[in-house]
Amino acid sequence: MTRLLEAHGLSKRFGGVLALDSLDLSVAPNEIIGLIGPNGSGKTTFFNVITGIYGADAGRVTFDGVDVTNASSRAVYQAGMSRTFQRSRLSLPLSIFDNIMIGNHKRLNQGLWFNLVRRGKFKLEFEASYLAVRALVEAFEPALAGRIMEPVAGLPMIDRRRIEICRALISEPKLLLLDEPSAGMTHDETAELMNDILVVRERNKKLTIIIVEHEMGVIERITDRCVVLNFGRKIAEGRYREVAADAQVQEAYLGVA
Amino acid sequence: MAGEAEKTHAALWPGLIALAAATGYLIALLAAENQALIISLLTAGIAAVIAAAWLRLLNHASRSFEDHEDVLGGFAILAAFAVAVVFHEDHFVLLLVTTVLLYTVATLGLNIQFGYAGVLNFAGASFFGIGAYTSAVLNAHTALPHLIVLAIGGLLAALIGSLLLLPVLRTRGHYAAVVTIAFALLFKTFLEVNDVLGGPQGMQVPGMKILGWTFNDNVSIGKIALSFYMNYFMVSLLLLIGAFIVVRRLERSWIGLNLDALRLDETAASCFGLDIVRWKITAFLIGNFLIGIAGSLFGMVGSFVAPNNYTFADSLILVSILLLGGIGNPWGLIVATLIVVIVPEKLQTIQEYRFLLYALLVIGVLLFRPQGLLPRPVRRYFPGWRP
Repeated sequence: MTRLLEAHGLSKRFGGVLALDSLDLSVAPNEIIGLIGPNGSGKTTFFNVITGIYGADAGRVTFDGVDVTNASSRAVYQAGMSRTFQRSRLSLPLSIFDNIMIGNHKRLNQGLWFNLVRRGKFKLEFEASYLAVRALVEAFEPALAGRIMEPVAGLPMIDRRRIEICRALISEPKLLLLDEPSAGMTHDETAELMNDILVVRERNKKLTIIIVEHEMGVIERITDRCVVLNFGRKIAEGRYREVAADAQVQEAYLGVA
Repeated sequence: MAGEAEKTHAALWPGLIALAAATGYLIALLAAENQALIISLLTAGIAAVIAAAWLRLLNHASRSFEDHEDVLGGFAILAAFAVAVVFHEDHFVLLLVTTVLLYTVATLGLNIQFGYAGVLNFAGASFFGIGAYTSAVLNAHTALPHLIVLAIGGLLAALIGSLLLLPVLRTRGHYAAVVTIAFALLFKTFLEVNDVLGGPQGMQVPGMKILGWTFNDNVSIGKIALSFYMNYFMVSLLLLIGAFIVVRRLERSWIGLNLDALRLDETAASCFGLDIVRWKITAFLIGNFLIGIAGSLFGMVGSFVAPNNYTFADSLILVSILLLGGIGNPWGLIVATLIVVIVPEKLQTIQEYRFLLYALLVIGVLLFRPQGLLPRPVRRYFPGWRP
């Protein structure tokens, strides 16, 4: 079976710290992978390396059959990979609509002439975008649908997370990377957001997701398979129940008894 | 639900009243000669604005502007004409108003660079000067039509500005600003030592002519004599209208969204495919083009250029207009330019201290109203549009 994402011997060094240590990871289409491990084990670094924010020091990454090792963030996005960030990176003064449309960059007409002069055509694209954003937001939280022209700044954390996920989804990516979506939320909010993610998944069965998460309940509930990192290395892989029972994993999380 | 309130259109009249009041006030201020009268007018103006803000009247006016921008824009043009008609034979006032129009065009250019793309340009006056010197040289030595000279002034400001692009793109924030400061200082020195461009004495700029219409001649319609500055006023107003429309459309497009996105978070923007360099260059060049055209026309209006008119201090005035008016809001820029250009000219007593006045204004705004007099509202792609 062809793999959607494949990383071979991926390494990233920050000074004396080996944040990723020849990591091998492969993801099949339609899978939901949980990427877990203690703080500082390299989960976010892995996201940053495959999305072109950091260059890799060694190794190779292929995505959808194309070599994207050390490709720019732009190229990776164009190829169909979208992400959210551990610490929310929305543009707070902008409206919900604007924030989500940033994620649709590759499908919008960016020509100067089109944007400044062909205002009639621009309006058609704008109206179509409005309907698309509204439909997407409605699927997550109907109460937000009437407020999408309002700034993000006044919204609670859970709604900001939802908008970040909408921003990643609007361009219909093949692979969605979720970096700790439950960070900073209450238990109930986390459960709510996970329901949202499962709904998205239900609507688009072809979507592949890698999720970094510390809430093990979340991981157990939504992932097909888990990969456990520790000090940049993969120490276990398999179904959640299997890895949770693994002695090495328990040691990584709890320390040696 | 919060969405419901948005669906009703704001009324037109609060905007109209605000515009009419501002125009009347401006005419009174420009007509006043007596220093005591001017000071009391200014005090009354400040008091009226504060009172209106307290009574939340300003909110009505700004909502009205958001929903009816096209109509109110038309009335604003009429208001500008009203000012020109009242002072039709007054050289000084018309020159002052024309200066306001052209400085606004220049700050609209800076606004694209700093307000949208976040590239701080402390060499605004230098690029303005490049436009003015272009007019001086081309009008004196060539027979190029003067409208083309204006365009060349804009293009040269953009072209010479692109020399700065490499260092500006490789640095960020304060460091990029320092690069532009260095350019501003170098530019003035370059002018001073360059004899071809008149050195420190500067040079004359022949006045504008379009198709045999000589701008430096007074005009008379029947028995009414018009100041020759009326010609420049009209062309400057046309230029401002054009620049305003460009800036507005730019903001209300995907390009405006790109610029906001990269200003607010470059990393997130590049994760969604934005070509940061492309959009910064686009913003910088369009901005400089506007500044250059404005400078080019200003050179012809003033009929004289000298290095001392395009110093770093003048660049700071342009930036302070931006901070005062409300970064990103073109209406705010018009109001701020009016204040910054007209108040020191009318208040003869503070002429010497005008930089002190600017400094106090900027500090006051940053302390009490950091988003400027008229803060930028959330983007609306089409004014008055409702889903």
